[in-house]
Amino acid sequence: MFETAVVIETVVKAVIVVAVVAGMAGFATFIERKVLAFMQRRLGPMHVGPYGLLQLAADGIKLFTKEDIVPQNAVKPIFMIAPVIAAVTAFVAMAAVPYFPEFTLFGYTIHPIISDINVALLYVMGVASVGIYGPLLAGMSSSNKWSLLGAARAVVQMLSFEVVSGLSVLAPIMMIGSLSLIDINDYQNGGVISWLVWKQPLAFILFAIAGFMETNRAPFDTIEFEAEVVAGYATEYSGMRWGLFFIGEYANMITISVLVSIIFMGGYNPIWFIPGAVAMLLKVSLWIFLFLWVRAAWPHIRPDQLMWVCWKVLMPLAVVNILITGFVLI
Amino acid sequence: MELKDFKQRNISPGYIFFEGEKKPENGWQAFNRVVKRTLKGELFVGLWIVLREMIRFDIHTIQYPAEKMEMSPRYRAIHRLLRLFESGSERCIGCGLCEKICIANCIRMDTHVDEKSRKVVSEYSINFGRCIFCGYCAEVCPELAIVHGVEYENASEQRAHFGLKEDMLTPLDTFRAKQQQEFPGFGALSDNADENVKQTPLAY
Repeated sequence: MFETAVVIETVVKAVIVVAVVAGMAGFATFIERKVLAFMQRRLGPMHVGPYGLLQLAADGIKLFTKEDIVPQNAVKPIFMIAPVIAAVTAFVAMAAVPYFPEFTLFGYTIHPIISDINVALLYVMGVASVGIYGPLLAGMSSSNKWSLLGAARAVVQMLSFEVVSGLSVLAPIMMIGSLSLIDINDYQNGGVISWLVWKQPLAFILFAIAGFMETNRAPFDTIEFEAEVVAGYATEYSGMRWGLFFIGEYANMITISVLVSIIFMGGYNPIWFIPGAVAMLLKVSLWIFLFLWVRAAWPHIRPDQLMWVCWKVLMPLAVVNILITGFVLI
Repeated sequence: MELKDFKQRNISPGYIFFEGEKKPENGWQAFNRVVKRTLKGELFVGLWIVLREMIRFDIHTIQYPAEKMEMSPRYRAIHRLLRLFESGSERCIGCGLCEKICIANCIRMDTHVDEKSRKVVSEYSINFGRCIFCGYCAEVCPELAIVHGVEYENASEQRAHFGLKEDMLTPLDTFRAKQQQEFPGFGALSDNADENVKQTPLAY
């Protein structure tokens, strides 16, 4: 009986997370268009609904009703499953991420995390890395040069940033001694001063840079940069399959924002008078805004520069950071 | 002024020459450059600029069908034929200068002599498929009869639209409602034209 309750609770939580995050991802596209427009002294979407709010619905209708084209020489099953991999891994990674502090509803304590596993951080980063199979398979099965180039860049980029993100997050883990995101969150419950960003500023910067790479956002959007590789791995995709890649990218953005907020910025601990849940929402919003802000401001870099910065600059810095942390701990 | 000032006529006085950075010659210089660029914080200047523009909210968008851009009077769009303010008759005297000067050969006019033995224009048309909107016709016109309007929304079902005499001529009801404006634009007289007119001397 107890197990049935757990199963039902988990399923309900999973459905809520998927629904809310998919909705947020959709809304993030609208916010992105608006913020980019304002930063470029434009208005952005204005005609569909008040201030273009229903543009979201219009885009959704367009994506769903568009013809689903599979190119003639594409490897059909792989071509069709690749966007599903991208979207599914983005959502599966959220299973071990806590969003809010636990709260009581109708006398029943709810932990807003689908599954509190003790290797949560490893799990999230592992699943997010599996997500790179989406672009890789999509590019290789499309029988298109641009797609293939995009896939090659995706792999190059993943090999580069995975090292940096893994090593940079190792230092905080050494200090806390746990991979569970709830433990990491609870470690920083002493107000703003106890945030890990003050103790691990270098790791914070490195992890943030790796997060930008992981989500393929500017300035590291090499794998789908229009001027060089048309649309990269997604060149041959149309309709909802392309939409799945899109949702996956935005879901990844949200995951990375939540991860950075939890690991380095105090997570969902209340700040002064702000309750924890609101603090968490604020931090995640700030990070989403930062993603858009950076996209509006900075040019993107070449793949060789990306590899150079990863292997020759960021990775040594991460190793040095780990060494220093280790010496201080001893 | 020296000779070199005359030779560099394409450069204005405020011109700043930028030599660019020297390329690093060895590893140490390359390393130094990386460190300098990393710590200089130029990326944050870029971030600040876009954020400043967002806060200022100085939006340059014109929401076109609802709002329209105000065109300069010197803008050269579809032509208009004006009427005399005093009598309301057409200004065009049928001299044919516009037809002659038109470098795209797109103006065609037909004239006849009416019962008062005055030359009048019976047909006047511009082929807008060929017109390059150079403004020579408006400039050469001695009566300020053909001018360039600011009407730029000229999508139509027929090629010949906008280019016939009845399309371009100020309609009589518009004229009677005193809505014909004197044309301040391309080829028009300047505001101080009267002051500039000097009597032709009879003797030097």
